[in-house]
Amino acid sequence: MNDIMVDKTTDFASAPKTSTLRQPRLPAWAPIGLVALSILLGCGIGIAADLDSKIQWGLISAILFVGITFALTAKVEGKRQAKDRLATSLVWVCFLLAIVPLASLMYETIDRGSKVLDGAFLSHSMNGVLTTQPGGGIYHAIIGTLEQVGIATLIAAPIGLLTAVYLVEYGRGKLAKAVTFFVDVMTGIPSIVAGLFILSLWIIILDFDYSGFAGAMALAILMMPVVVRSTEEMLKLVPNELREASLALGVPKWRTILKVVLPTAIGGITTGVMLAIARIAGETAPIVLLVFGEKVINNNPFEGAQSSLPFYIYEQWSLGNEASYDRAWAAALVLIAFVMILNLVARGIARWKAPKTGR
Amino acid sequence: MDITPTSPTSPPPEKQPPLAVDKVSSGKATRPGDRIFLGLSRGSGITLLVVMAAIALFLTVRAASALSKNEGNFLTTFEWNADSAEPSFGIAVLLFGTVVSAIIAMIIAVPVAVGIALFISHYAPRAIAAPLGYVIDLLAAVPSIVYGLWGALFLVPHLEGLYKWFDDYFGWTGILAYNDGTPRSLFTIGILLAIMILPIVTSVSREVFLQSPKMHEEAALALGATRWEVIRMSVLPFGRSGIISASMLGLGRALGETMAVATVLSTSFDIQTSLLDGGGGTIAQNIASGFKEASDDGRDALIASGLVLFLLTLVVNGAARLIVARRKEYSGANA
Amino acid sequence: MAKRIDVSGLTAYYGSHKAIEDISMTVEPRSVTAFIGPSGCGKSTFLRTLNRMHEVTPGGRVEGKVMLDDENLYGSGVDPVSVRRTIGMVFQRPNPFPTMSIFDNVAAGLRLNGSYRKSELNDVVEKSLKGANLWNEVKDRLNKPGSGLSGGQQQRLCIARAIAVEPQVLLMDEPCSALDPISTLAIEDLIGELKERFTIVIVTHNMQQAARVSDRTAFFNLAAVGQPGKLIEIDETERIFSNPSVQATEDYISGRFG
Repeated sequence: MNDIMVDKTTDFASAPKTSTLRQPRLPAWAPIGLVALSILLGCGIGIAADLDSKIQWGLISAILFVGITFALTAKVEGKRQAKDRLATSLVWVCFLLAIVPLASLMYETIDRGSKVLDGAFLSHSMNGVLTTQPGGGIYHAIIGTLEQVGIATLIAAPIGLLTAVYLVEYGRGKLAKAVTFFVDVMTGIPSIVAGLFILSLWIIILDFDYSGFAGAMALAILMMPVVVRSTEEMLKLVPNELREASLALGVPKWRTILKVVLPTAIGGITTGVMLAIARIAGETAPIVLLVFGEKVINNNPFEGAQSSLPFYIYEQWSLGNEASYDRAWAAALVLIAFVMILNLVARGIARWKAPKTGR
Repeated sequence: MDITPTSPTSPPPEKQPPLAVDKVSSGKATRPGDRIFLGLSRGSGITLLVVMAAIALFLTVRAASALSKNEGNFLTTFEWNADSAEPSFGIAVLLFGTVVSAIIAMIIAVPVAVGIALFISHYAPRAIAAPLGYVIDLLAAVPSIVYGLWGALFLVPHLEGLYKWFDDYFGWTGILAYNDGTPRSLFTIGILLAIMILPIVTSVSREVFLQSPKMHEEAALALGATRWEVIRMSVLPFGRSGIISASMLGLGRALGETMAVATVLSTSFDIQTSLLDGGGGTIAQNIASGFKEASDDGRDALIASGLVLFLLTLVVNGAARLIVARRKEYSGANA
Repeated sequence: MAKRIDVSGLTAYYGSHKAIEDISMTVEPRSVTAFIGPSGCGKSTFLRTLNRMHEVTPGGRVEGKVMLDDENLYGSGVDPVSVRRTIGMVFQRPNPFPTMSIFDNVAAGLRLNGSYRKSELNDVVEKSLKGANLWNEVKDRLNKPGSGLSGGQQQRLCIARAIAVEPQVLLMDEPCSALDPISTLAIEDLIGELKERFTIVIVTHNMQQAARVSDRTAFFNLAAVGQPGKLIEIDETERIFSNPSVQATEDYISGRFG
């Protein structure tokens, strides 16, 4: 091995480096200063050029900030540092650019939604309310949403859960591969397509009427793959030693799954199901196709049209007057609150019951 | 010179079914409990397959019925008269609108989402990174109809100035010309869809970036790499397939989005040269807005368009899967 | 090429936890200095303070001085990126960039520092791979991914990558602990050759290894779990292993604890 160590000393000693560790650097306050400068310039240009859209002011400031930072750093600190700063400032700009619309969405919904949101709004339907009049409420829509989502969960959760158990505990061979593949495909199905499927099967071919149940079936199709995926992940986290310990005691496999595997993963599974519920609770398209909308309270999901919160928002928006816009925002606020609470509780459970994976 | 018998580079084991034990019983359940349970869970899996097959089947049946009555050409006709006695309808305009708005959304959303994901995983101060990730996850759950409402009542009025400015400077391209009118256009849809898919793309990419192996980042750092160089050398290559699958997830959502488009777009059945002017339509939007007035034949025609959307999303998902699978061989699988 | 390191009064923290306390020592140029001591005594942490990698860990901070010849690594205005370029590092587990070829792995550090002509790059890569005793094994597959090599080869690839940028000092954090005995021997031979050009600091759990490769040995210890690690003594390796001046060192080396 030594023959390849040719004249190593000369090789490496030939490049005497007087590399100093100190590099010229911009002062620590430079980024903040540049931000202030860019915003000032952006506003200045905005006013001078008489641009009425604040979006443009923001974009101009952002571009100025990135540009000035790059130029200045390249001059003072060198090209590599300039690239680094460019990346940093772009990342910050991305973050700010994205936060603005998302924050605006939340702000608008809370601000405009709270205008008509009160006890009466939650406890009354739209029965007898003229569309241009203020008043009315979302009671019928809440009933509809709860029933449709409830039924969808009753259908999708057991099937999804059992499918996941099959894939993780028994799954092998062609069937399991096919199921895995089609679960992935199913995740990508647009909600309107799921709606169309139930429409063509249930309503056109089997000739049933529009009903909350029809909508619930479409929602179940959307929910199933989500439940399968999350449950699968959770079951895979259950350590094999637990299963083997139980089987080694002579416990039959199905009891091992029921008494050992599922209880260990139950926290994560619950979280997954709740997140799936939160996702389908906001689905509008299948409801438009299958439930058809109704102004009055219909407690029976199996017969006749119903409403639902997302449908209600769409309906009130399409009426196109101030009173109905107010109602739409208020319903949006209720829907967001519902979804957020589900999310928060689900994540709370996940954290509380998390299997210790040492992360 | 292969010295080590157990190198850490041996190909990662196939996804292991976690049980090695049931080999002993040769997979056959003998106890009644076992049999019932296996039957139930296998049955559920089969149910899922049946549902998928049924979706394809019934959509195709109805679509075939519609297409046989179509007087126009389904691929090239620029109108949607599915309810008349001599129905004539074509998918071209809708397909164009669907694809173009989704592409605009991707062009805007993916770089920004990757930026935010990097911000959360590598740039933000620790105190705000975790809560921020949490907030993004929550935003991913905001229902699309709420985005639609916000888009129609808040975003649209605020875009007019920007579009005029685009028109002043880039109007000559034709694509970015803007003839006054409310900006309920495909470009607006693209922006709105971008905002909608931003949280989900961010959230998936962030997951991947956070998993990028520390030891490769340290390797880059120890070579004297700046933060950006560390990201370019070790985080992005590792996360590439993750970014692709996140983008495809977003693309799938953008293609199939119904309500946000239906609330914002001012539709017409033609293809505009300018993306900023109102007009056009998307498949999902057309189904949702045309459905209530549709006759039986009209419904079938809408189902036919839905089948196209279904196939489109299948192709996108399939492509994503292929890309991810191929990238896996040459990435940090052994990390 | 090789420079002397002078550490005085160095204390390092993880958040509020003090990991090592008040360490002073001198690392001689063109020699191998080994750090030994029980697990958790802070020898790896100390190593990472020598090229400012410690502060990369969230909450990591450092007090004290580390002089590289006459420059303080922690002086104001010193760029940590330049420090790490000057003081290379080899890690416990071999970590070649998985998406890069063998060639690109070695060239990675050079490419960071500006544009090199292809021929220049070829020369440096060849020289570095030879320097790491790896050239003969990989010269026919330079464009294959680095992750396809065996563990020992990967580690030598990482050494080649580190010396390609011609650092002044080479830090090695238990470079052999993930390798089998034969690969370990190859790396130890390599260390013996590299010390003619570089100042080498190596952390090791293996006392025989310290005795085999190092000129000087530093023994670290901690009073109790949760207490900061301290430098007990540093001396010629021969003296540390035959006649240490502190009882604790002798106890550790003779296997009475740790």
